[in-house]
Amino acid sequence: MSVLFIVLPLALIIAGVGVWACMASARRGQFDDLDTPPLRILTDDAE
Amino acid sequence: MTPASPRHTPPVTCTHCALPVPAGLVQHGADTQFCCNACATAYALIHSCGLDAYYRLRDSANISPSPAKTTGKKFTDFDDPTFTKLYTKPLAQYRTARLMLENLHCAACVWLIEKLPTILPGVIESRIDFRRGTVDLTWDPTATHLSRIAQALDSLGYPPHPSKDGQAQSLRTAEDRRFMQRLAIAGACAGNVMLLAFGLYAGAFDTMQHAFEQLFRWLSLIIGLISLLGPGMLFFRNAWAAIRTRTPHLDLPISIALFTGGVFGTINVVRGQGEIYFDALTVLVFLLLVGRFIQQRQQRWAVDAIELLFSLTPTSARRIKAGQSTEVPIASLIRGDLVEVLAGDSIPADGVVIAGSSHIDQSLLSGESRPVPIHQGDPVPAGAVNTSATLTVRVETTGENTRVGRLMKAIADAASRKPPLVRFADRISGIFVWAMLGLSAFTFVLWTILSDIPTALSHASALLIVTCPCALGLATPLVFTIAIGRAARHGVLIKGGDALQDLVNKDRKGRLFLDKTGTITHARMSVVSYHGPDYLKPLIAAAERHSNHPIAKALVAAFADSPEPDLERLVVHQVTGGGLEVTAFEINREPLHLRIGSPAFVGEGLHQPLQGADFDASLTPVLVSVNGEHAATIGLGDAIRADSADSIRTLRSQGWDVQILSGDDPAVVRSVGRTLGLPDHACHGGLAPEDKLAIVRASTLETTTIMVGDGVNDAAALSATTVGIAVAGGAEASLAAADMYLQRPSLSLLVDLTHAARRTIRTIHWCLCTSVFYNAIAGACAIAGVIHPIIAAFIMPVSSLTVLTIAYRRSTFPIRLPAATPAHAPVSTRRAPCDLASNHATVPLPA
Repeated sequence: MSVLFIVLPLALIIAGVGVWACMASARRGQFDDLDTPPLRILTDDAE
Repeated sequence: MTPASPRHTPPVTCTHCALPVPAGLVQHGADTQFCCNACATAYALIHSCGLDAYYRLRDSANISPSPAKTTGKKFTDFDDPTFTKLYTKPLAQYRTARLMLENLHCAACVWLIEKLPTILPGVIESRIDFRRGTVDLTWDPTATHLSRIAQALDSLGYPPHPSKDGQAQSLRTAEDRRFMQRLAIAGACAGNVMLLAFGLYAGAFDTMQHAFEQLFRWLSLIIGLISLLGPGMLFFRNAWAAIRTRTPHLDLPISIALFTGGVFGTINVVRGQGEIYFDALTVLVFLLLVGRFIQQRQQRWAVDAIELLFSLTPTSARRIKAGQSTEVPIASLIRGDLVEVLAGDSIPADGVVIAGSSHIDQSLLSGESRPVPIHQGDPVPAGAVNTSATLTVRVETTGENTRVGRLMKAIADAASRKPPLVRFADRISGIFVWAMLGLSAFTFVLWTILSDIPTALSHASALLIVTCPCALGLATPLVFTIAIGRAARHGVLIKGGDALQDLVNKDRKGRLFLDKTGTITHARMSVVSYHGPDYLKPLIAAAERHSNHPIAKALVAAFADSPEPDLERLVVHQVTGGGLEVTAFEINREPLHLRIGSPAFVGEGLHQPLQGADFDASLTPVLVSVNGEHAATIGLGDAIRADSADSIRTLRSQGWDVQILSGDDPAVVRSVGRTLGLPDHACHGGLAPEDKLAIVRASTLETTTIMVGDGVNDAAALSATTVGIAVAGGAEASLAAADMYLQRPSLSLLVDLTHAARRTIRTIHWCLCTSVFYNAIAGACAIAGVIHPIIAAFIMPVSSLTVLTIAYRRSTFPIRLPAATPAHAPVSTRRAPCDLASNHATVPLPA
């Protein structure tokens, strides 16, 4: 069970990467507009 | 010839906007039909670029049709160096700008505008932000100009406007992004600490190796401190500000709980025994931030809508120099400049008419619904709308010194002097802080006597943490936000939830001031009385169809249902400032010579002078003569809305003291009041904006005062009231001052709003009761010293969940109303005229 001493911090580091990715996308404005993309997807194929 | 009556054939609809095409404009045998030139232009542009898929998309979106609203402006001011510096930015070899658009309503609009690069070479990219109603454009300045792009957007029916405070907006965007990052950290921390906590709780039942327990506790401490010192700092900062300004704020009790929890949790981890509170604390931080985030997004949305409406006020004027008119930004006008004001445009500055005669709509300034005739030499105020013909105006005063500018300043002053609303949650949090501190002091003293000081400290801090006002912090904003969201779907924009509580009128002493024009009435000319033979009605409608004047529109609307006359030809000559001279050639009959217009105009064409001409003072008379004989008298006025009387009765039964404030003639106001069952002393007429402000201000000192009105003239009064409610169709500026905004100008919506306010406040009370119940149990356990970690772990999430369920499940706003307009669609207050009416039109009628 002493593997926990390695696995647990490792899991937290992976979680940290996820948080960092989320923050990076927030910083780059991925969450600025949540209303237009769902409309855009409706019309993508209407060429 | 057998003229088919349009009643028996299906109406011809416009190819662009799908509205019926006026009979005179139907092109027989043509594939495409248009109701106005604007629609024809928009269609030509869309069709020529092969973007007809727009119509398919639009039809599937199922929205209410509206004709293309183009302004026909040249937008040359968009290429002005000042404009370029203010509103555009360089991006590599390109330039970018954010423009606000009118009339964005559906997915089809998004698609069409994002196809702009195929319509206009030189446009690199165009991205829509639907919620804000803005477009981000990137273009190649060597290939095209912003004015060209603006013209294209305009001819598609989306007039662009510069976004006036771009800086404030980018600040807000940055703040939103920061908040999103806070949420990400808080959420991840909460989730991970919860996982560790599950392990710890499970270990409490079974035997757990000491080393693992220590690992779990130390990791919880690290993650918990990240959450408290990162995203959680927001609460500490707010609490500190609240202490310094000595105002109660909900973040104060929250901070006390977070702080004591953090300190004792850390001590217990270091000591290696006792309860660590980090699971509860991190979840608390996350949930509270979620509540705060939803609330902020909702308010942001209202602010964005208001900003768009503000951008609709004119930004450019057509300055005449050396016989040439060019569009310039309004700020560059100086005294003595000559400006040209086209029909349908707003007058850019206070000035004097030096050429042309027309009518102006001054409802922004005076609330007067009737267009006023304007001739050479007359002064005209900024903000008034020129309704019928081109005017040349010499500028006298500009900007803040104009009458409308001074009025705006008064509004800003009134708004800043408005006493700050004591927030509902803050009022309660004041009580809460003292109760919390009192009880934990009691627990501390109790356990110092019963046991020792460390035990007493631990029990007292447990109490502080379990009784954290989570329900208040989360439920109150959530209930308000849900109510605001539901209200928006019904066409009511609410700036902040706090205003709702004042609509409850708990003590039944509230006073409700209603503006007459536009609120109780339609603010639109309509035919109130008609005395004359019926056969004239269709002739009048057919003739007036060629004029753009508000009176002509009212006549057409009133007589549109009458059967089509058997006409061969109709020759209409429009006499500016008077009326119409009409020659109607009916089949197999002598031609009829009609004069339709003001008593003076019709009177001068009569064989005998008018006799016994007494007209109702509250109505605008229009006479009709046939072959020199007075044949009909039509009275036009501002009709009362169908639902006004019922709504006012309901509001009075709710205990509101309903009164009318109006700038109109006192006699007219009294007669409207009588129709609605209001006593004469409740009807105030002939008031200037300043008088309204004084009345409202005096009333606010006595009791809860609500004002419902539209237009700039009400804005000062609206901002001085407890709750100001602006009504659609009014001026954009009233929104800056008002707390709420009704997109449908109907008083029944106001009645629904009062019901909704009651239900919202009741839901909040429910949430509070539930949370007090849970807190009482947890608090009692803590005082008794039996706060087992399992109890805390169970009670905290369950109490939050119950409260959330109540907040979501209880209906706060009536669902029965139809959603009349999409809530995000900007409301334009004036329609650009379709330039169909020429001064002399001969229209062949369908044979």
